[in-house]
This record gives sequence, structure tokens and C-alpha cells, in this order.
Amino acid sequence: MTLRTIAVVSAGLSQPSSTRLLADQLAAATARGLPAGTQIEEIELRELAHDIVNNLLTGFPSPALRRAIEQVTSADGLIAATPLYSGSYNGLFKSFFDVLDPDALAGKPVLIAATGGTARHSLALEHAIRPLFTYLRAVTVPTAVFAATQDWGSAGSSGGALTARIERAGAELAAVIGQRQPAAEADPYASAAPFEQLLRNR
Amino acid sequence: MQLGIFTVGDVTPDPTTGQAPTEHERIKSMVAIARKAEEVGLDVFATGEHHNPPFVPSSPTTMLGYLAAQTEKLILSTSTTLITTNDPVKIAEDYAMLQHLADGRVDLMLGRGNMGPVYPWFGQDIRTGIELAIENYHLLHRLWREDIVDWEGEFRTPLQGFTSTPRPLDGVPPFVWHGSIRSPQIAEQAAYYGDGFFANHIFWPTEHFVRLVGYYRQRFAHYGHGAPEQAIVGLGGQVFMRKNSQDAVREFRPYFDNAPVYGHGPSLEEFTSQTPLTVGSPQEVIDKTLTFREHFGDYQRQLFLMDHAGLPLRTVLEQLDLLGGEVVPVLRRELDALRPANVPDGPTHEALVAASLTGTQLETDELETSTS
Repeated sequence: MTLRTIAVVSAGLSQPSSTRLLADQLAAATARGLPAGTQIEEIELRELAHDIVNNLLTGFPSPALRRAIEQVTSADGLIAATPLYSGSYNGLFKSFFDVLDPDALAGKPVLIAATGGTARHSLALEHAIRPLFTYLRAVTVPTAVFAATQDWGSAGSSGGALTARIERAGAELAAVIGQRQPAAEADPYASAAPFEQLLRNR
Repeated sequence: MQLGIFTVGDVTPDPTTGQAPTEHERIKSMVAIARKAEEVGLDVFATGEHHNPPFVPSSPTTMLGYLAAQTEKLILSTSTTLITTNDPVKIAEDYAMLQHLADGRVDLMLGRGNMGPVYPWFGQDIRTGIELAIENYHLLHRLWREDIVDWEGEFRTPLQGFTSTPRPLDGVPPFVWHGSIRSPQIAEQAAYYGDGFFANHIFWPTEHFVRLVGYYRQRFAHYGHGAPEQAIVGLGGQVFMRKNSQDAVREFRPYFDNAPVYGHGPSLEEFTSQTPLTVGSPQEVIDKTLTFREHFGDYQRQLFLMDHAGLPLRTVLEQLDLLGGEVVPVLRRELDALRPANVPDGPTHEALVAASLTGTQLETDELETSTS
């Protein structure tokens, strides 16, 4: 059995961060659906904020950002969590996915999650965050998890609604990962066409 | 080893004064910089080609033709000639004419151009950039080698019985470099024709380009032009020097912080650690440039970017005095001494003419080697 890797990206800005808390619980739930030894790679975008802006300006990542990008692109699955700002993902979250190659997440199983002050904004996951990953041609699992402030205190009284959503979403991501071959890095040089073919297409 | 400079030709305000040169001043300063390059003993001057502000060099062969009359030894080149939006027939004619006027002191570096709107201004589409580069160069390559060309392609009107004039000087076309920063297809193209590959690695980390250049070398050998280490490689560089390192950093920092390409982003210290940029003493420039050979192998041409980000002409000329006086002689001596005998020197018209005279025999040998 090949060990699997899950990259967990959090765009939470406060410390401690409820977005990170949600992302960690989703990672644990996903790991429970996969063989023991599944590796969790945590990526805290706050620590890379300046590097991400620099990449937007210069077109290349710093060594630390490049490591984070490689963790995401080489993982078998991705958990992407953002706080909601002005009704959508925050700028740091979007900027990180903006500096990836357009094809970097094609076919990648992704679980999306968000945090916010109230449940009124929960559909931002469906009208903003899911379309972003659709554009990137990722395979987003059906359950997206939103956690409002109130959810963190309601586990007992509301029958563990947040916990149940976390478990369901984690199980969905684990199932998709389990059906697939381990992720392999695309090699632009190995797949480059010989020149005769480039010329023949002219 | 050929050492020289390349210019983008941007009109950028000097961030320390807020003053921008006029287009006329910038064009004349490019001429002064090229003449200075010859005076201080550099081998190559290359100009960019752009068709939008804030850049002035829209007509490279006009400028290079003028420089051909003003210089005697300097190789006149481009960085880059747009193979996508220029008609390859006009490139064939313009650069053959320039080659005659300059008595062979001409080569060119082909590039695609990355500014979307420029393509439709010239009737093309950036999404077909690779296809344009491949088809247009294939035609250009034939126009310089076949006296009468019949042609039909996707991107320009067909040619029947067309002869591009003047024919190349001594029957030998100008040497061609293909420049790319991320496309394996262009490395493949350079390898297929046995042309040079120029990796302008000045704005990006080295490790990315190590793979690209390695791929070009491997494919150069695959197509039977020689061993991988015999492929013709050019590299970019970017330096700012003063006798004392601290003076260089202090003087260059405002230009770095406001530079068009990377300004307002990473710090000078981060950028120098992550890219080939060197800001310091001439010795530091020598040391850093010598590391390029360790990464990319023995190579044939090193071009430095010296005149961007609004640096005043006077400063650029001082930089060229340092480059020609203290840096280039050492680099030339070191790199020539390190290069094995079987690795070619930088391409010149004389060398290409000599090779063409023995060419038939050489090509036969190479084919036999590559198929054995």
C-alpha cells in the first residue's frame, strides 16, 4: 500500500486561527479514511504572505514558497481553507492559487472549507470558492464545510452538525484519493514533443 | 568567449530625480552605450525590439545599421527579434542587408514577445506564439539557404519562386540564437537546427534554467550536431559595480527598489541571493559570473544588462568602464582557459564561413557518428 500525502492550505490571518483549526480537523477526518501513516503537510499562507506578493511581482517563487507549492502540487489531495472577507475568499488565499501554474491542480482531489462570523455567508463556498477550483480543473468533493463562530460551541446541542459535516467531507476526500493512483509530478521535459512533430503540425 | 551587453531600450524615469529622458535622448544614449562597449573591449551589443511605450527600439536594423558604421569590431545582435509578429521574409531581407553593411558582424536572437496586444497589432494571436515561432523560423531558415523558395504555411501568404535578397554574405546566414525562459519547445527548436540557445536567466532562479539548458544540450546531441557540451549556449547577467561593495549597494538600491520588472517586490538582498543579479565590487561580479559556468557548463556568450531602471547615461558609461576594464578581461581569460578544446568558441561570421568551406565533410562525419 502506497502512503498518501494530503496538503492542507490555510489562509487564516489571526493567530490562533479558526480557519487553521477547521483545516486540521478536516485533515484528521480525511486521514481516518486512508491507511495509517498518511502524511499531512500543513501550509500556513500567513508565513508566506510577502513571498506570495513577491511572486506576483517577479514571476518566480522564493525557496520557501517553492517548497510550499511543491507540497501542494505533489500531494494526493488538497484541503483548502479560507476565512471569508467581503463575502468571498480573502486576497491571500486567491493570490496563492494565482501564482500556481494554470494546470498545477488539474485532476487534483480538493476539499474546500471556509470560516466566517455568521452562517449567512456560507454559500460563498459554492458561488466563489468552488468556481475557483473548477477553473483550475480540480476535482472538488461534494461537501464543502463552512464553520461560523457559533458552530464551534454547538457540537453538543445541535447533534454535532459541524463535526458531522467535517466527517462526511473528510470521508468523501479520502474515498476519491483512495480510488486514484498516487500523484505523480508532471515533467514538461519528459512530455515535450520532438521537433519533427512540432513542425509537422505546421 | 564572447562578452557583451544587451539593452531593453526602456524609457524609465530616474527614481532619484524623477526625470525621464526623451525618446531622442534614450535612442542617442543607446548609441553612446554601444560605442562605449566597443571602446572598452566588449564583443557584443544587442538591442531589444519592442512596439509599445515605454520602449524605443522598434526598428533594430536601423539602429544596428547606424552602429555598424560607427564601430569596427563589435558584434551587433538583438535581444530579441520578434519571430512571431515580424514577417519572416522581412527579417530575412533586413538582417541579410545588415550583415552585408556590417561585413558579417551580425547575429540575432529570436524571441516570441510576451505582450498580448502587440500580436493583434501585427495581425497575430499570442495564443499561437509557439506555432508562429516554429513556422516563421522554418521559413526564415529556408530563405537564407535556398535561392528560390516555394512556400505555403498557415500564417503568411504563400510564396512561389521567391528569392530573398540580398543573399547572405559569403553564402553564410547570420548566426541565430533562440531565446526562451520557460518553453521546452524553443529549446527543442534551437537543438533541431543546431542553433544557439540563449537563457536570459536574470530575473529568475538558476535551477529552473539549469533544466532548460540541459534539455537543449541533450536534444542538440540527439539531432546529431555534436556532443551535449558542444551546444552553443548564451546567458544573461545583471550587475552594478563600484570599487567598494557598500557604495554599489547604496547607489543602486533606489534603482532596484523602483525597477520596472521587480521593483516594489523582494529586497535587493533577497533578489541577489535568488537570481544572477550582482551588486558589489568588480571582484564580486567576477566570482558570481564564474558560477554560471558551474551551473550550465562551458558556454559561448555572456551578455550583461547595464542600462535599465532609469540609470543615467553617465553612470552606465562608468559601469562599462569597470566592466571592460576590470571584469571582462578576467572572465575572458578564465573562461577561455577552462573551456576544453572540443567545445566551440563564440560564433563569428569568419568561423561560420570557415566551417561552411569544410561543412560538407563535417556533416557527413557527424551523421555517421550520430547513427553509429
